Amino acid sequence: MKAAWIAVAIGVMALVTFLTRVLPFLLFDRGGQPPKVIHYLGAYLPPAVIAMLVVYCYRSMTFDALGNWLPGVAAGLAVVALHVWKRNNMLSIVGGTILYMVLVQVVF
Amino acid sequence: MNRKTLAAAFPHTIPVLMGYLSIGIVYGWMMSAAGFAPFWTAAASVFVFAGSGQMLGVDLLSRAAPLADIAFLTLILNFRHLVYGLSMLEKFHDVKGLKKFYLIFALSDETYALLSGVQPPEEVDPHGFYLSIAALDQIYWIVGSVAGAVAGALVTINTEGIDFAMTALFLVIATEQWLSGKQHLPAFLGLGGTLLPLLIFGPDGATFLIPALVILVGGLLLIRPVLEKPERLEERGESL
Repeated sequence: MKAAWIAVAIGVMALVTFLTRVLPFLLFDRGGQPPKVIHYLGAYLPPAVIAMLVVYCYRSMTFDALGNWLPGVAAGLAVVALHVWKRNNMLSIVGGTILYMVLVQVVF
Repeated sequence: MNRKTLAAAFPHTIPVLMGYLSIGIVYGWMMSAAGFAPFWTAAASVFVFAGSGQMLGVDLLSRAAPLADIAFLTLILNFRHLVYGLSMLEKFHDVKGLKKFYLIFALSDETYALLSGVQPPEEVDPHGFYLSIAALDQIYWIVGSVAGAVAGALVTINTEGIDFAMTALFLVIATEQWLSGKQHLPAFLGLGGTLLPLLIFGPDGATFLIPALVILVGGLLLIRPVLEKPERLEERGESL
């Protein structure tokens, strides 16, 4: 991968991220009320988008062999279970990831 | 920003210090496992400064996704920042120039959470106080991610599967939203609205995400009367 491409790609991420942060200030800093629909989407789109990204993470999963789906599903369930139990971000992320790594490296 | 302001801000940032150092290490390690030199991790943490956005970035960079896909995915993941900005309009209103630029640039989830909850002590300049919090947070993130990247580049263990950390992060956010929110309809909409185009278009590239986003936004606008109803009732209850 070319260094120039990586730099541009990181630049795009930086620019778009900044855009989402600066836009409210560009539009509404001099007074003016943001439309209610923005508040509405702002409240309810994030949970929908996170669910979308969970599906995105699992997009390449296939069911033709046990090793193609079991590690991801088992580790995913472990993450959710750990999080419901302790609600500690780090524990849930690291615990699930280590389980996944053991499953793909040692078991399957 | 002087020492007194920094000292006043520091205790507030300790929870973020713990969180950013640990998640940053995981992120940096993922970058190195994906073959990117620590320099790139540092660049991303300095210029992007968005935890989940950068995690998603590992996936996008390592599969050399088209720039349009990178822009699109970063945009929808960071859409929530629009709302952070809206609720900071007043707080940042009198800040000027570069200081304001940096406060807006550095408005990550964690910094937003701190800034919206915290009251600056009377003896310090409030703008310097906000700035100190934002800058300390970003420093923790840079230090954590670069430490992880360097460790990942030096330690040669089999890291196959470490990319699952991104899946785990999104699952944690989803679980957290599920546990703390009353409305689960948006999550179901996101799940179903993404699965359907995935089954139709297949996983190649990220093409299925575009119809998925249309379904999500369209669906949310359609169910708006249902979702906003309980809030209106609550408001009425409070005013009585």
